[in-house]
Amino acid sequence: MDLGIVWDSLAKLLNGAVITIELTTISVFIGLCLAVPLSLMRVSPNPFLRLPVYGFIFYFRGTPLLVQIFLIYYGSGQFQEFLSQIGLWTFFREAHFCAILSLTLNTAAYTAEILRGAIQGVSFGEIEAARAAGMSKGLLYRRIILPKAFRLAWPAYTNEVVFLLQATSLVSIITVMDITGVARVIAARSFAFYELFIAAALLYLGLVYGVLFLFRKVEFRLTRHLLDRVAIAKKVPPVLAGLK
Amino acid sequence: MLNLKGYGWLLLEGAQLTVLVGLFSMAIAIVLGLIGAWGKLVKAKIPRTAADSYTTVIRGVPELVLILLVYYGIPTVIQDLAKAVGHEIIIDVNPFAAGVITIGFIYGAFSTEVFRGAYLAVPKGQIEAARSAGMGPALAFRRIILPQMWRFALPGLGNVWMVLIKATALISVIQLPELMRNADIAARATHLPFTCYFAASLIYLGITIASMLIQQRAEVWADRGVRRS
Repeated sequence: MDLGIVWDSLAKLLNGAVITIELTTISVFIGLCLAVPLSLMRVSPNPFLRLPVYGFIFYFRGTPLLVQIFLIYYGSGQFQEFLSQIGLWTFFREAHFCAILSLTLNTAAYTAEILRGAIQGVSFGEIEAARAAGMSKGLLYRRIILPKAFRLAWPAYTNEVVFLLQATSLVSIITVMDITGVARVIAARSFAFYELFIAAALLYLGLVYGVLFLFRKVEFRLTRHLLDRVAIAKKVPPVLAGLK
Repeated sequence: MLNLKGYGWLLLEGAQLTVLVGLFSMAIAIVLGLIGAWGKLVKAKIPRTAADSYTTVIRGVPELVLILLVYYGIPTVIQDLAKAVGHEIIIDVNPFAAGVITIGFIYGAFSTEVFRGAYLAVPKGQIEAARSAGMGPALAFRRIILPQMWRFALPGLGNVWMVLIKATALISVIQLPELMRNADIAARATHLPFTCYFAASLIYLGITIASMLIQQRAEVWADRGVRRS
């Protein structure tokens, strides 16, 4: 066991952690922005809106993320001329851009499906009441359905963010220097395989439980009007109860 | 149709290996899941701590890191240990074994939760009735609990399988010639990366659809004898 090598490469591993956090945050944010309209299209009665989104979600949930990353990063090479003509090749040439694009599309599909379930889980009585109060469709979605759906979707969404955080490790395969990428490069040079991969695993473990902690805090805020106040006063909620 | 320049057979061969890796890993995951669920449900402290830390650690670390750890890390650990006692040995890990064991070990943690939930879903009265009819714990488990557990566990296990079969693509990084690796080889040989990877993705999609159909049949089978309103 050579702990010195882990200590020496700690700065590089932490740089990798910054990349991991950056990739996760950007793709989670853009993915969520895409997922909201996608989920609304997915529950639309209009088949021209519903079916393309259904296909998109089905494709991205039914194939491995690694294939999606390779399709975008290596696959774009097959259309190099066309992409150069429309001026997009400079983006697709960059592993970093392709990593974010594939992670974003992937999480958008999963999140849209989670939101669809939540939108359909909003009880009919509430929708009926809003309609009876004279709300238009837009107002109904904005004030009643979406806020309720977000609350319902939050635990599943927490899982999705944790999965995405772990999935960012795949971008090391297309040469992005995230935690896994840094660990692989240093391990291959120094032959200190298990030391570095264990260090990487510990970093991920810390990040995952950090995300869980943050998301449980938000969940607590989102649902605090539903909680039993006496119970809260007596007991602090088990924030680190683990993945579920 | 996709023109794979004669590399279609390579992809299909890879798909066979992918399914094989998936089935072996799933078998390991089910066994580990049952053991893990037992550990989480017994009163004794040691199995419970072991099972809890197993699921906590495994679900917090990316699959890729664990695969690399097992494939590259474990041989070096053993070699270092052997060196410490004065032996020079070189260990080559078989990528198939390393892949199957790692994937099975990871998804064992996820099926642990599935089986735990399924056990808790079996009505307590059933277990008490079995015990009062004179069945020992093992017999009651085999005849009463396990058959009913399948019914509650199948939807969850189906989900685990869907995620597992997609995770097998990661084994391509340790050079096992499964679907993803062969798609990679075909992409390099034909200079048609998009076509090859897209074909591979369609095969994965096919496996997913087939699994969904089988899961539906299995759920009907496990639900036999349940009265529907």
